[in-house]
Amino acid sequence: MEAPPARGREAAAPKRDSAGEEAELELGLGLSVGGGGGGGERAGAKRGRILTARDFPSSVGTKRTADESVSQEGGGGSPTSASQVVGWPPIRAYRMNSLVNLAKAPRAEDNMSPNEKGKSKDGSEDNTRTGGMTDVDGREQKHIGFVKVNTDGIPIGRKVDLNAHACYETLAQALEDMFFRPAKTIDLTGAEENRQVKKSSKLLNGCSEFVLTYEDKEGDWMLIGDVPWGMFLTAVKRLRIMRTSEVNGIAPRFQQKSERQMRKPI
Amino acid sequence: MDPSKSRDSAESTRVIQFPNDVLERILSLIDSHRDRNAVSLVSKAWYNAERWTRRHVFIGNCYAVSPQIVARRFPNIRSVMLKGKPRFSDFNLVPPNWGADVHGWLAVFADQYPQLEELRLKRMTVTDESLKFLARKFHNFRVLSLLSCDGFSTDGLEAIATDCRHLTELDIQENGIDDISGNWLSCFPENFTSLEVLNFASLSSDVNFDALERLVSQCKSLKILKVNKSITLEQLQRLLVRAPQLTELGTGSFLQELTAHQYEELERAFIGCKYLDALSGLWEATTLYLPVLYPACTNLTFLNLSYAALQSEELAKLVAHCPRLQRLWVLDTVEDVGLEAVASSCPLLEELRVFPADPYDQDINRGVTESGFLAVSLGCRKLHYVLYFCRQMTNAAVARIVQNCPGFTHFRLCIMKPGQPDYLTNEPMDEGFGAVVKTCTNLRRLGVSGLLTDLTFEYIGRYAKNLETLSVAFAGGSDLGMKSILVGCPKLRKLEIRDCPFGNEALLSGLEKYESMRSLWMSACKVTLHGCKTLATQRPRLNVEVMKDEEIDDGQSYKVYVYRTVAGPRTDAPSFVQTLCS
Repeated sequence: MEAPPARGREAAAPKRDSAGEEAELELGLGLSVGGGGGGGERAGAKRGRILTARDFPSSVGTKRTADESVSQEGGGGSPTSASQVVGWPPIRAYRMNSLVNLAKAPRAEDNMSPNEKGKSKDGSEDNTRTGGMTDVDGREQKHIGFVKVNTDGIPIGRKVDLNAHACYETLAQALEDMFFRPAKTIDLTGAEENRQVKKSSKLLNGCSEFVLTYEDKEGDWMLIGDVPWGMFLTAVKRLRIMRTSEVNGIAPRFQQKSERQMRKPI
Repeated sequence: MDPSKSRDSAESTRVIQFPNDVLERILSLIDSHRDRNAVSLVSKAWYNAERWTRRHVFIGNCYAVSPQIVARRFPNIRSVMLKGKPRFSDFNLVPPNWGADVHGWLAVFADQYPQLEELRLKRMTVTDESLKFLARKFHNFRVLSLLSCDGFSTDGLEAIATDCRHLTELDIQENGIDDISGNWLSCFPENFTSLEVLNFASLSSDVNFDALERLVSQCKSLKILKVNKSITLEQLQRLLVRAPQLTELGTGSFLQELTAHQYEELERAFIGCKYLDALSGLWEATTLYLPVLYPACTNLTFLNLSYAALQSEELAKLVAHCPRLQRLWVLDTVEDVGLEAVASSCPLLEELRVFPADPYDQDINRGVTESGFLAVSLGCRKLHYVLYFCRQMTNAAVARIVQNCPGFTHFRLCIMKPGQPDYLTNEPMDEGFGAVVKTCTNLRRLGVSGLLTDLTFEYIGRYAKNLETLSVAFAGGSDLGMKSILVGCPKLRKLEIRDCPFGNEALLSGLEKYESMRSLWMSACKVTLHGCKTLATQRPRLNVEVMKDEEIDDGQSYKVYVYRTVAGPRTDAPSFVQTLCS
């Protein structure tokens, strides 16, 4: 890839798995984020998912707000976050789409290098093509659109259209679909291309071994979910689904913590 | 005087009976459809006089009546407003192809109302074929307004622009439209002069600017112009100097590198807008260019900044120039500080809407809080309409707010995280909303949120005697909650509920109520098919429509839509909508 070498917390090249590591693998797949909060008794509520910043303890440097699950006595449903529920908050689809594009339009006061200023000028002009619920087919010229996504252990990368998403949840969902669908041949070790991974059937439950990160304009690898979606869109250059063991090297404690997280009702 | 017109001789000595033409003359001065509905109930004579003189009909639920019935009763209609889908369809809770297609109505109108002039649609499905049909069949057509509709593309707009020779109003707002190209604007004939209202702000394709400029120059009666984002500041300036008579302006993109000279010209253009009372658009507006607006703001009564992510200082400076502001829509990027500035600059404010710039962001340090709302209630005592999206609220704040502004007619508070309690006391928001309904005796519309027990609904049922519309989500504890509403609120017309623990008992407690209401919506609640069937059986004049709720895995959850109708079960229901019959 043409990007500058990743600074920060982890090595650039994905490590090869040892047999021992594979035994520990319980990959979280499938969709834990779903619509509708009715009843709170949905079967799928405990499926695994790609971890985002919200799952992490404050030691990983994320801003934790007081949004643990609210147990409601007699509340109808108990969804914990607005982004997991269909049609909530109640804002018309047209306005939602405009907000997404609004977030992407860089503002003149923002701290920008001369380089980026030029880029943002293009961005703001291109924003005239956006908005509304229309699919403008090939005419989209937004400066944020398709970005590369790589997953540790999978040599071939993908591209995802960030414009198609308005929040981290749907993005994580789409990436899970893309990389962890059981039907795909997933080569986790990177060693042999045609080895079918039997783990693919296990991928539907258990805790997540992967973390979603992104490289920002300064070349740093950051955890997804820290900043508001709009700010993320202006900063992101590419994505990487990283093994949690590679994040800060706090692997074992981490997996325990993430297991605890998985048991919380969503 | 025609003796056959008087009801009986005793009454005719008491009540002066007008000759028909006098009665009709008087009645033709009455516009309000509610007044007209009342008039039509007085006597057969008045019913007839009213139906012959009615020019405008408002149909709040397109399935409550059929076009044939409407045409039979009202022979002289020139203007129609139709509303279709349930409001929750705006939030993707109704599957596509649900219905509310306008075409059936147009077909009857083409036959019965060939002189139709105005059509205003909200949440209807409108196809390009329908638009082409409209343009072709109604030679006197003048006004088309489409809000939150779907099913059409800019091709349909081309037909309207090309064929509606007397068009005065084209108002396209927030629709699910297939925006193929901006060519439709160029389809207005060369000598076209009649336009008074043009709103294409929500379309995204570029339009031909020369065509727009010519249109604006020629239409001397143009009062309302709302352009889309593709129009630059430079282009805006050129439009403004050609239309200084505008009363409502929606700008295009408000971000463009201008030379000093261009900036001055823009300033002059706004100084020339002496009649503006409404301003919107302002995409990407920044500190740099907002000042050009100041001279035009003196008489502004409506400012829509909900597409411009302003910071608090920018808003403060802007509203300082808007002393007569009555309605303000903003994004929560202005934060509490911005709202405090509004409170001190706009004492005449009556309506405030604060939308979240980032609805999925859970960071409580962003957006607005209870203090912004409180500040506005202190400075703007005429406040009576609020739509407020926030991440935290307290009962005490809400109570103080309504104490400051007891005149609320529309109170729509959306604490964005479902089931969130008072963040200081950790209690439910029952007492806050209780204060709203106790204090605001004129309350007509209420949207509740946060952690709420049945007590909230007890309060609503007991005190909200003028309540007409109620929206409930993620709230309540038992059937008792919904029962309290249905038994208590005498003027209730629209009730929409999602994700609440209300079941069949609650549903059936409204048996006596639903025929006096427009509609009831319930989704992700605890009603079962059996309960709905019972309702349908007991009330044959209601349509009880159920849809399987795909979001919920148990296979037993339904979305229920109940409405009164004189047209019977609808004939265009898709396969996923089941009308339960008695």
